[in-house]
Amino acid sequence: MTAESVSASPVRFESVTKRYPGADSVAVEDLSFEVPAGEICVLVGPSGCGKTTALRMVNRTVEMTSGDILIGGRSVKEGDPARLRREIGYVIQQIGLFPHRTISQNIGTVPALLGWDKERIAARSAELMELIGLDPEYGDRYPAQLSGGQQQRVGVARALAVDPPVMLMDEPFGAIDPINRSRLQNEFLRLQAELRKTVLFVTHDVDEAIKMGDRVVVLKKGGHLAQYATPTELLMEPADDFVEDFVGADRALKRLALMRVRDVDLWTAPLAQAGDPSEPVRTAVAAAEVPYALLVDGENRPQGWLSERDLAGEQVPATPDSSADPLIDADSVLRDGLATLLQSGSLYAPVVDARGRLTGVLSVEIVSDFLASDEASESELSAAERPHD
Amino acid sequence: MIEQLAAVDQSFFTDRSSGNCIQDNKLFCPGWVVDNYDRYVDPTLQHLVLVGSAVAGGFLIAFGLAILAHRHRFLQTPFLAGTGILYTIPSISFFFLLLPITGRGSLTAIIALTAFNLQIIFRNITTGLRNVPPNVTEAARGIGLTRSQILWQVEIPLAMPEIIAGLRIATVSTVALATLAVFANGGGLGTEIVTGSNITFKTGIIVAGSIAVIMAIVFDGVLLLVGKLLAPWKRKQAIS
Amino acid sequence: MALPPPPLPAAFLSLFGDAFNFVFSGREAETGGVTVGGTSQVIELATKQIEVTLLALAVAILLAMPVGLWLGHRQQGEFLAVSAGNAGRAIPELALIALMAAAIGVGLVNLVVALAILGIPPILTNTYVGISQVDRASVEAARGMGMSETGIVRKVELPLAVPTIMGGVRTAAINIVATATIAPLAGILTLGDFIIARNVYGDAGVLAGAILVALMALALEGTLATIQWAMTSKGLKLNRS
Repeated sequence: MTAESVSASPVRFESVTKRYPGADSVAVEDLSFEVPAGEICVLVGPSGCGKTTALRMVNRTVEMTSGDILIGGRSVKEGDPARLRREIGYVIQQIGLFPHRTISQNIGTVPALLGWDKERIAARSAELMELIGLDPEYGDRYPAQLSGGQQQRVGVARALAVDPPVMLMDEPFGAIDPINRSRLQNEFLRLQAELRKTVLFVTHDVDEAIKMGDRVVVLKKGGHLAQYATPTELLMEPADDFVEDFVGADRALKRLALMRVRDVDLWTAPLAQAGDPSEPVRTAVAAAEVPYALLVDGENRPQGWLSERDLAGEQVPATPDSSADPLIDADSVLRDGLATLLQSGSLYAPVVDARGRLTGVLSVEIVSDFLASDEASESELSAAERPHD
Repeated sequence: MIEQLAAVDQSFFTDRSSGNCIQDNKLFCPGWVVDNYDRYVDPTLQHLVLVGSAVAGGFLIAFGLAILAHRHRFLQTPFLAGTGILYTIPSISFFFLLLPITGRGSLTAIIALTAFNLQIIFRNITTGLRNVPPNVTEAARGIGLTRSQILWQVEIPLAMPEIIAGLRIATVSTVALATLAVFANGGGLGTEIVTGSNITFKTGIIVAGSIAVIMAIVFDGVLLLVGKLLAPWKRKQAIS
Repeated sequence: MALPPPPLPAAFLSLFGDAFNFVFSGREAETGGVTVGGTSQVIELATKQIEVTLLALAVAILLAMPVGLWLGHRQQGEFLAVSAGNAGRAIPELALIALMAAAIGVGLVNLVVALAILGIPPILTNTYVGISQVDRASVEAARGMGMSETGIVRKVELPLAVPTIMGGVRTAAINIVATATIAPLAGILTLGDFIIARNVYGDAGVLAGAILVALMALALEGTLATIQWAMTSKGLKLNRS
């Protein structure tokens, strides 16, 4: 069974309401949104906003009071809940690995429920362990012998065992330390780039929501939908004061983590090679966006900034007064590019590709223009394609 | 009016006791109990002494063992195994294993019941000590408490709920078991069950058994109260 | 009754020697005439004691465990399950056996019922506690993956609760085998007969009986501990160390 053989299904909430018996207020009220197939939708909100309840109604571990949830057009209410759950991956914060079963047996739980034969289960377990980057020898170990991060990887593998079209993840990385959390998030996004599941992901951490989500559902207390938007829309146009407050005062800066340097319009600087006549360079500098010329070598690699004094002679010198540093990697995120600029105290920095060739110049002004622009959302990438390091 | 009531009362009892209840060995003859309650005083007191001595002895020994095992972790396993064997050997068998050494009598019964208790109390004390959060002992060490100060001022008080729980289990079990002391000539309520032809006299069995059950409940309640007094933080937690 | 002489090593050893002889060769009854003790009678009484113990334990398990599993799985009835355990400890074994014999009559069935009553509380309590203490995350994950409720009990909760449940079974077994020693009071002759009928078997018989009962209890406990070890998943043993 390969990742491509089962396509993901869209998930659609239709006026879903949950009222717990005996409670005076509703947990989730009239919630409607649709997650397109193959996207990650993050449900985020403060505690008590009903995000986990909303998630759990999808696999009917909580039964909805009214409304409906459709997976690939089929209501989850049809048929046996146990059968439904076998077709939906489920990952929870506490992981819930079975301590009495080996890693292979844990991963093979649902295949065994579906009656797969032993060889097929073993093959699938091995395949998934490779996918999550766990040495096959771990297959015979028990959960107690694994670190927290490894256990959570196994939790994800177990949920993927029968290649479900939909995955539910309830604060899957909430109990992991920050460094490992970031690593697991990146790993999952890499997996998702390959698998393209429809994922519903619950978190209370807005940074995680922005990082992981193709779309974000912000819920208010009482399960009201506050906003359903892409991360960029959320950061640029919070629907109301609640969302604005929840997203945080630094929402502008958060947007910088969503873009790579190569994806913004960089400035161009006049270029010169050693030995070129100085006169045309002086003329170009006077008319350019960047008021300094860059010395480059034959491969277009920046060698240094040329000052007025450097250009005072007949020819462009081979060793300019100031070096080209800092150089910014075109693949780094805009936030890191800005940080590099601010740390070095320079207004401009050359941007280079993986081979060190110049692709443009980043300035503080470009960053502030980007934040002011309304079109940034158009160039948005899916969560899996976005930079995540 | 009062006299009349008294007369009714009197006939109520005489009616019962003068009937065929005892000869028929009915399940329960209240009249007989009223006439014979005094014969239960001594066995009850003996029973109290047996239970009190066995639990106190068991607690002292188990406490010492637990402190030792807390200091030297390697002792935990042999102590658990040793007390486990003493716990497993049935008391009635233990009485007679002691026969060549201590003979018959209440001392033999007390030793056997003490041996039974050790494991229950030992296990609870060590669990209680082990469950003290490490950050608390760490903080105590950090502010300069010595090892024995940490033990007496931090670890034992925090382990108190578990310790009391162990004492409750041990006490209740011992009250029930001590009825067997009669086989070792150790006295107690068991005498009122098996001595002479009593073994078939239902009322006698029920009365002696009931006294034992009531004694167990009272001990349990008292220890519950003691536990609440010794661990006031738990009480507050439970209320809030 | 005169106290025995002070425990001089010789007297001490000779009594154990008598007990040894009693088990393997038998001796003349105190009451005269017949020969008592010896391997055949020892085996007969020991077999009876094992028989009633295992029967009563089986009855207690069959009655208590399903209730404990059900309550523990539903996380309900904690008060009932825990109070049962507490109340069970307070039952005086001697009074229970004597009353059963006097009120209902002597015989194997009555004895087994009385012994099973002693075994039910620890099994019920420990089964409840063992099941309800299983990590809820494992149960939620199992449910979320589409396991049926009976599947959850069978494949997740029960294996994880084995150590606690077996702890209850062991407590019950110790209590039952100990109480089966006084079964002769209820008309079933077990090894306890050597202990109780001192007027027949003499001090050698009493000591022999005490040793045999102790060995039987230890053997039973050892067997159950081994069964528990074998039934406990390796993953759990790692967890606890």
